[in-house]
Amino acid sequence: MLENDSGRPILPGDEGARAGEVVAGAGAARLTRRDLIKAGALGAAGLAAGGGALAFRPRQLAELPAGQAPAHGPHEHLATVGEIQPGGFDPTAFLTHFDAGRVSRLPNGQTLREFEMVAVDREIEVAAGVFFPAWTYNGQVPGPTIRCTEGDRVRVRFVNAGTHPHTIHFHGIHAANQDGAFESVEPGQTFVYEFDAEPFGLHLYHCHSVPLKRHIHKGLYGVFLIDPRQGRPPARELVMVMNGFDTNFDGENEVYSVNTVAFHYQKHPIPLRRDELTRVYLINMTEFDLINSLHLHGNFFRLYRTGTDLERYEWTDTIMLCQGERAVLEFTFTHPGPFMFHAHQSEFAELGWIGIFDVKEPTHV
Amino acid sequence: MSDSVRSAPATPPTSAPAAAPDTAKVTRSRGDAEEHLRGSASPRDPLAAPSEDRAAIPTWVKGLAPLALLAGLVVVFFRFGPIGVFRQAFPPVEELTIERITLPEPGLLEVRVVNGGPEPVTVAQVLVDEAAWQHTLDGDRTIGRLERRTIRLRYPWVEGEPHEVTLVSRTGLTFSGAIEVATRTPAANARYLTTFALLGVYAGVIPVFLGLLWFPFLRSIPRRWLDFFLSLTMGLLVFLGVDALAEALETSALVAGAFQGLALVLLGLLGTPLALAAVGEWRAVRRRARSALYVAGLIALGIGLHNLGEGLAIGTAYTSGEIALGTFLVVGFLLHNSTEGLGIVAPLAVERPRLRQLVLLGAVAGVPTVFGTWIGAFGYSPLWTTLFFAIGAGAIAQVVYELWRLFGRTATGGLAAPLNVAGLLMGLLLMYLTGLILPA
Repeated sequence: MLENDSGRPILPGDEGARAGEVVAGAGAARLTRRDLIKAGALGAAGLAAGGGALAFRPRQLAELPAGQAPAHGPHEHLATVGEIQPGGFDPTAFLTHFDAGRVSRLPNGQTLREFEMVAVDREIEVAAGVFFPAWTYNGQVPGPTIRCTEGDRVRVRFVNAGTHPHTIHFHGIHAANQDGAFESVEPGQTFVYEFDAEPFGLHLYHCHSVPLKRHIHKGLYGVFLIDPRQGRPPARELVMVMNGFDTNFDGENEVYSVNTVAFHYQKHPIPLRRDELTRVYLINMTEFDLINSLHLHGNFFRLYRTGTDLERYEWTDTIMLCQGERAVLEFTFTHPGPFMFHAHQSEFAELGWIGIFDVKEPTHV
Repeated sequence: MSDSVRSAPATPPTSAPAAAPDTAKVTRSRGDAEEHLRGSASPRDPLAAPSEDRAAIPTWVKGLAPLALLAGLVVVFFRFGPIGVFRQAFPPVEELTIERITLPEPGLLEVRVVNGGPEPVTVAQVLVDEAAWQHTLDGDRTIGRLERRTIRLRYPWVEGEPHEVTLVSRTGLTFSGAIEVATRTPAANARYLTTFALLGVYAGVIPVFLGLLWFPFLRSIPRRWLDFFLSLTMGLLVFLGVDALAEALETSALVAGAFQGLALVLLGLLGTPLALAAVGEWRAVRRRARSALYVAGLIALGIGLHNLGEGLAIGTAYTSGEIALGTFLVVGFLLHNSTEGLGIVAPLAVERPRLRQLVLLGAVAGVPTVFGTWIGAFGYSPLWTTLFFAIGAGAIAQVVYELWRLFGRTATGGLAAPLNVAGLLMGLLLMYLTGLILPA
């Protein structure tokens, strides 16, 4: 509580407060930084009533929480304990890692992009100290983000080094025998998928072996991104795959997250620059639950559903996606400071699908 | 003791497959035996040789040899046994049991957990009401077999509402415990100790002593009717015994696996009457007759153990927040237990016990309720509850048997006389009717 020298709180309509000079001389001059933070609870009305001598204070107050407000605050107890083992999958690196493949030019002038994908069984850490017996593409969940441009030739050599039959089913327009739905690749076998990248947009790939639920839930999925020929405006680009893990195999997820590790982006906020365009490629691969969602704090985003159209679909701060559905989100922060993003299903958020954008002044980055 | 029980079922699969790698050892020992036989064949008196042999090996060696062999076999099994074939394919068997969740203060949860499984378990994360929550353990995150930990969480629990705590192990397995109705757990201070002692006095001590007041009445009625009341007592006890056994079996399901709830029930149920019978025999050997006072003492002891269990129920009902249930329990036990005093004095009607003895009998039967409420309120554990109930059931079984013997010696027409059968049925019915007041 804000107090003057006599220990009396300064309140709107207070006699002392009305006599502006008195407050300025005896009381307000002794206000410390801590008092000001505490005064934040009083609200601007209380301060404004402090009179002319206090007029400079609200400005300082406004600057304080922007850069220095704690990233957690009331959320300090909601989190997993500890950190994942170093050396494994790094969700922070995954955000901005795009695999463009081995590039060459075909005789007809078409760009050829070749990729190598290997299905392997691997134990992954889905929350600090919690290990999950996953099936992976190239040892990671989600699999590598494959990026190409509309019209490119895509050739994916798939080796099944796992213990069960797997496939890669790419979303997109292609021949029936390249669909990864009927051509089961047995353990030890190899299959080459080849098709033209179309249409442009944000797509996905995943295993289509049965039982589907288990093959997808155990981690066989990833992002297949096709850029439009003319490209998109330059931006800081982030890949986010919403997923969950049923660690005790009871048909319900114990862990929810974006990019596998629960609470990772809460513990390691994603740094952004103020006034810089950010683009999020968001895909929902959550098994067992009907839908998943993303809510952005302190901002709104332009929504491009499936990314197949360059016209904005909606301007909103929350989006709901079914499994396999995806969207491109574009936004620019105009205020610095920590801003949360999380599933707007509270349960998912509290089981790990929660993160923080740490928006910094352009000069600070 | 529990070790020998556990190893018994493990032995048959152990011995058969382990025999293969052990062959070398077996043949060698047979060779030794042949050599030994050849050596002992030379003495003049062939019959004397074996007896000399028997004398040469001390008895304790003969007793321990099979044990040593068994130990060797277990080592061989662990090193070369067929289990290695399976070890890779199976995830580790993990088992954690949440024994108790307490709420010592607003915003604080304490979870007491025990590893009752065969292998160590690592607690990786803790969820409260399906939210990952920060917490601390009073030791290593990996809990060894039969080890305990207390987990503390700063969680804003809500008065009067249910909560659920889930432990997530390293392998992603989950172990849950529920708080039925959240309310602050009473601390073991003077105020609460007095309160719970009073609850016990109301539920157990007062009704038992009230029941003792039937003594003058019983002394003034004809022998025939006294037998009726004795058989009624038997009915009461049979009901209480079955009730205690049911409770023991119910709580045994909550005991951590390694502590074998069912085996505990068996130990209490059979061990208690056997021990009491042994005491009885010891008394008989010392020429102290099986007096009516002795039987009354046994009845008081059996009822006392049963009342200890009732106290546990009251204590836990209050601390788990089911206050309404606790109140009903006290009222119910008050009526229920007043018949127990009758049971104690019925066999005494033919004697002239001193007042001091009567008071002592009442105390033996009633006071355990107070200890029960304390244990239930401040240190509830499914393990001890199971054991107490099982001991109570066993003690009552022994008492019923003693009463039966008493009948055989003294009663008019034995237990099958119509009036006595009516008494027994009345006893059962009385317990059933007063039990109707009790919730669940």
